[in-house]
Amino acid sequence: MSLWEYANPVKFIRTTDVVLPWVSGLAVLCLTVGLIWGFFFTPEDYRQGSTVKIIYLHVPAALMAINAWIMMLIASMIWIIRRHHVSALAARAAAPVGAVMTVIALATGALWGQPMWGTWWVWDPRLTSFLILFLFYLGYIALWSAIEDDDTAADLTSILCLVGSVFALLSRYAVNFWNQGLHQGASLSLDKEENVADVFYHPLLLSIAGFVLLFVALVFLRTQTEIRARRTRALIAREQQG
Amino acid sequence: MRALLARDLRLGVRAGGGFGLGLAFFLIVTVLVPFGVGPETALLARIAPGVLWIGALLACLLSLDRILALDWEDGSLDLLATAPLPIEGVVSIKALAHWITTGLPLVLAAPLLGVLLNLAPDGYLWVLVSLAVGTPALSVIGTFGAALTIGLKRGGLLLSLLVLPLYVPTLIFGAEVARRGADGLDVATPLMLLAGISFGAMALLPFASAAVLRINLR
Repeated sequence: MSLWEYANPVKFIRTTDVVLPWVSGLAVLCLTVGLIWGFFFTPEDYRQGSTVKIIYLHVPAALMAINAWIMMLIASMIWIIRRHHVSALAARAAAPVGAVMTVIALATGALWGQPMWGTWWVWDPRLTSFLILFLFYLGYIALWSAIEDDDTAADLTSILCLVGSVFALLSRYAVNFWNQGLHQGASLSLDKEENVADVFYHPLLLSIAGFVLLFVALVFLRTQTEIRARRTRALIAREQQG
Repeated sequence: MRALLARDLRLGVRAGGGFGLGLAFFLIVTVLVPFGVGPETALLARIAPGVLWIGALLACLLSLDRILALDWEDGSLDLLATAPLPIEGVVSIKALAHWITTGLPLVLAAPLLGVLLNLAPDGYLWVLVSLAVGTPALSVIGTFGAALTIGLKRGGLLLSLLVLPLYVPTLIFGAEVARRGADGLDVATPLMLLAGISFGAMALLPFASAAVLRINLR
């Protein structure tokens, strides 16, 4: 029993078929409870008023936007090194999800920024690097869809993902240098004694869990679809030959 | 390697190579900016370093698809790939040829165009220096993008989408050097970071470009 067993598409589909309903069910549960708790049963911040509640969408989406890229990076490396097709397809499946997460983070940030900072958008380092991350997602998705041959596309996009990660990281620090920030520092971290106050913290953790599960469910689903689509194409090709 | 460089330079400079097209584009962008933002000299002086950098970057981008596409179409790239020269070497030479035919003229033209934009007197030297240090990175990164999109029919637009985000750090530090130089501030930190990006890209990216090219030539 090893992780590499799931490189077999049949095995992957069989396992995810069992896991998928549980993951999606848990995702829905966590999101419903977390968001409703967060939106309706937490006090309003004494300075930010009710706008503080956007944190339950903004923070998890931003987290997942970055983690989705990291997951794509790892999957790409697995594809380059061990050439497991499922891994390449999982990277492909994660890209649009990550892009949407980036858009959610940017949009909710803008909605929060309007009343709080008095502007929809500032060229703050964090905001700017998210916008750049979004551009990287777009380029990655566009390259996938532009190349016809599946293996070539997988190879090229994984190298783009590796090179892109380096440049995304460079940009992250370059924009820090370029402009000073308006965005607050991290409100959550694992090694800090105190995070945001507990009333906000617990529903936030729930909605983060919900977003993670949602991401996993979507990636499983999209990878399955991709495997099945590829199998259909292979069958059709065989039919035409025979 | 030298023969390949000479060949690429000759092809680039002679008719049909599009030599000078990048320069003309740079000139036009610089001329169009005052039409867009108005002719006040104070405003132009303030944005001049940034405009020069963006103009040079776009002119560079415009000529990227020529780096490899022509050789790909007539099949000489396949011959180069089977030659004893490693593909990493071929890619580096291609990037160097692109820099000499496109980047270097842009660097030299930038101070002249600075006159049009009323660049501050201190700025000329630093615009020249920052472009001279930064444009090699643009060429090397561009070669990577060109190698990625080589076999595609509508590669041009995709090339811009892929390459422009990769240009962000270079642009930030390059324009920062030019801007600080024009304001008479200390330029050492951004200049060193720009040089770091430039040399890092020159050292590492040819391997990525070569890997991509091998996949595309498979």
